[in-house]
Amino acid sequence: MSDQALSNVASAPSNEDVETALGANDAATDQYLTFIMANEEYGVDILSVQEIRGWEAATPIPNSPDFVKGVINLRGTIVPIIDLRLRFGLNQADYGPMTVVIVLKVANDKGNKVIGIVVDAVSDVYSLSSEDMRQPPEMGDQVNTSFIKGLVDVQGKMVILLNIDVLLNLKELPDVDTLKKIVTD
Amino acid sequence: MSIDLSQFHQVFFEESFEGLDSMEEGLLDLNPDDFDVETINTIFRAAHSIKGGAGTFGFQVVAEFTHVVETLLDEIRAGSRTLEAPHIDLLLRSVDCLREIMNSLQDGEEPDMSLADELKVSFEAVLAGETPAEAEIPEEPPALSPDQPSNGYWAIYFKPDADVLRTGNEPVRMFRELESLGAFKAEAVVCDIPELGQLDPESCYLAWNLTVEGGSRAEVDEVFEWVIDESELSIRWVDGTSETSVTSTDTASDSVVQSADGVVTEDTETSAGDNTPYEIVPEAPVLGAPVLDAAVAEESIGNDDVANAASPEAGAATPEPQKAVVSAEENSSGDAKPAKKSTAKSSETTSIRVGIDKIDSLINMVGELVITQSMLGQLGSSFDMDKLVRLQEGLAQLEHNTRELQESVMRIRMLPISFCFSRFPRLVRDLSKQMNKKIDLVLLGENTELDKTVMEKIGDPMVHLIRNSLDHGIEMPEERTAAGKPETGTITLNAFHQGGNIVIQIIDDGKGLDRDRILSKAVERGLISESDRLSDDQINELIFHPGFSTADKISDISGRGVGMDVVRRNIQELNGSVEVESTPGEGSTFTIRLPLTLAILDGQLVRVGKEVFILPLVSIIESLQVDLGMINNVGGQSEVLRLRDEYVPIVKLHELLNVEPDNYELENGLLVVVEADNSKVGLFVDDLLAQQQVVIKSLEQNYQRVEGISGATILGDGKVALIVDISGVLKMASQNNGRLKNKDHQAA
Repeated sequence: MSDQALSNVASAPSNEDVETALGANDAATDQYLTFIMANEEYGVDILSVQEIRGWEAATPIPNSPDFVKGVINLRGTIVPIIDLRLRFGLNQADYGPMTVVIVLKVANDKGNKVIGIVVDAVSDVYSLSSEDMRQPPEMGDQVNTSFIKGLVDVQGKMVILLNIDVLLNLKELPDVDTLKKIVTD
Repeated sequence: MSIDLSQFHQVFFEESFEGLDSMEEGLLDLNPDDFDVETINTIFRAAHSIKGGAGTFGFQVVAEFTHVVETLLDEIRAGSRTLEAPHIDLLLRSVDCLREIMNSLQDGEEPDMSLADELKVSFEAVLAGETPAEAEIPEEPPALSPDQPSNGYWAIYFKPDADVLRTGNEPVRMFRELESLGAFKAEAVVCDIPELGQLDPESCYLAWNLTVEGGSRAEVDEVFEWVIDESELSIRWVDGTSETSVTSTDTASDSVVQSADGVVTEDTETSAGDNTPYEIVPEAPVLGAPVLDAAVAEESIGNDDVANAASPEAGAATPEPQKAVVSAEENSSGDAKPAKKSTAKSSETTSIRVGIDKIDSLINMVGELVITQSMLGQLGSSFDMDKLVRLQEGLAQLEHNTRELQESVMRIRMLPISFCFSRFPRLVRDLSKQMNKKIDLVLLGENTELDKTVMEKIGDPMVHLIRNSLDHGIEMPEERTAAGKPETGTITLNAFHQGGNIVIQIIDDGKGLDRDRILSKAVERGLISESDRLSDDQINELIFHPGFSTADKISDISGRGVGMDVVRRNIQELNGSVEVESTPGEGSTFTIRLPLTLAILDGQLVRVGKEVFILPLVSIIESLQVDLGMINNVGGQSEVLRLRDEYVPIVKLHELLNVEPDNYELENGLLVVVEADNSKVGLFVDDLLAQQQVVIKSLEQNYQRVEGISGATILGDGKVALIVDISGVLKMASQNNGRLKNKDHQAA
């Protein structure tokens, strides 16, 4: 399952890597797990990552938006899977044994939710300090960019750090067109 | 280590609240003119248990207040005071007051004693007012044996274990307590004292013959409560000339009292402990404590409001368990109180009291399961094909065992609905008094069992409905007489099982819903237009509309309609439904239907295309293959199935749930006729699969509510399957009919 899938993903951190990295964590920096989607690199706070799995067929939920791929059984818990590409209005990628699902713990007003996101590939783990972070570009008052924590330059690459608590709080998301604009700008 | 009594606080509170409930119940049963002495006894015992427990656990305020309550009750049951209606009121108020005090204590807050003080004054006035001489009665022995003559004394032989000092149970302190009960005499028995060379200064070799003139058996028992297990103890009532051995007869409900009574029923009780006097380190963890800890604890107790600290004379003094509200280690002298609070808070776990018969059957079941398992194990270790039949038998037995075990486990959560009903007599009594109405409350089907979680959630909606019936349903006595009805109105609560549901009805014989009023209100609020013609049921439905009220003025009781939407929503959250039927002039009936449990349901697996859905078995009436002759088209749009003498609309599950099916033609699939909310519908599916019990998992927990789906479950192969919410599907079908039709045509 996921282990096999992971070993095929270029430079994907193994569980051990993640753990060592966690152990080295200090107060000044936060660690981010980054992943690739449509050649862009995104990062999420590693503390909210519960596990990384391979893709398995999900049970579709009737009358749900197309980016909700369905629900899976994660050791007895029903976990919804969201295709982040579709959520951002990108083209859908084909799912295969290489497809990666990142299971995240998302805080909301009622506590924690567990939600899986489908991404192209896991990339790296970075230790980043908040000083390195730049604010997302101004999109005007109309556009809610609160789901972007900041932009960071890592060795010449731009990494978009996501605030998943906002991003995956389904009801508070901006519409797909706006998302697309923010992400591709 | 000393005993951390706070770990028992939760149990004490639970038992006390139960005691208060039974007091309340008993008081409501009391009729001043004609009452059963046993009822008074029950009330008294409950009060007594609360007092005893409160004293033990250091809740002095509760103990003191309960004491006056108990005094009055005792006089009534001893016949020295006649029961009057004001007494009942006073007692009921004190039950409320105690409940409040204990609620605050449970939350670790300082209880508000103003009401208690006020009531105490009333009690004292009552006690002093009529027969002041008898106010002394509780100081007398009859607490547990009321017919005891007052002249006589308790003869007590007390031989503690040698370890008694190490456990902090200082005899001197007990004697002091006895002394407070009446004239006291102690005589030491010194014959067991060893030679000086063998004497361990920390052991107790003494025994005592004690006499106390006064005090009740319970009070005497209380003194020895902590040493019963570690001593030889005999307590006898010596009555002038004749010696009567008093053995406790009381079937006290409180566990503390019970254990005391249970153990000391015979004159001599030898302890099981056989620790030698030389043993320095006690075996049991509850015994003894390092001297350092003891010192700290002593100090903390000094700061606490507890009067009697552990006796410093004893060499290895540890805090008296009774007073050790905080464990010695976790405490420095200064913060005794905060620590107490935090323990109280953290121990707020919900618990459930289960009948021993249920546990017994569970244990039996597990026994059988183990036997089956070992049988299968044996079979597996040397298996060949000849034994296949036996293997199959074994597996069938395993399945049977598992199923029974599951049912037994589920039964643990089931409680009789009387737990929920029991609060209503009081409510009805108070409210009818407040409104000057005469109302009888009839409870039926109190033994109907219901899941605890469901029960907890159904209480509030029911209170609301009952208040409504009281306030708006039942008329004033004169109105009733004028209408030719008996002066006293009746509210009936009825609970029974129907299919896999529990049905709770709240029936009143009042004036019924005022249809014209409801209609005019609805028009006023723009819910309907004046030209709308509504059926009676539809009119009644209007009261469940948010914010809808027909009350002339907002009374402090409640308005029928105010909050009815909340009632309905709460019930729907439990997957239940509420309906109202009403006949003008004759009364209304609210019917609540609830699933028995929230966790498991019998499901029928059905297949639609590649997806498996689960239909609750209880909603299914029948499944059939479609013969096109049975199908009619209504208006060329909706298909209707003629089922015997009924016409049942057909809903295509794949359309509603947006799934690609195998079959679009009715004759190729199956129809599952289901019923919900009093209407039937035929659900069109591709295939029927197995029937099985499924464990309901929440979709909302990590996702959100999905229309037409009540939850999810995990099938045997680990896949997730969704559970269809039948009433939700019916609603969707009626709302979306037109839209879905169009969509279907486009797709085709």
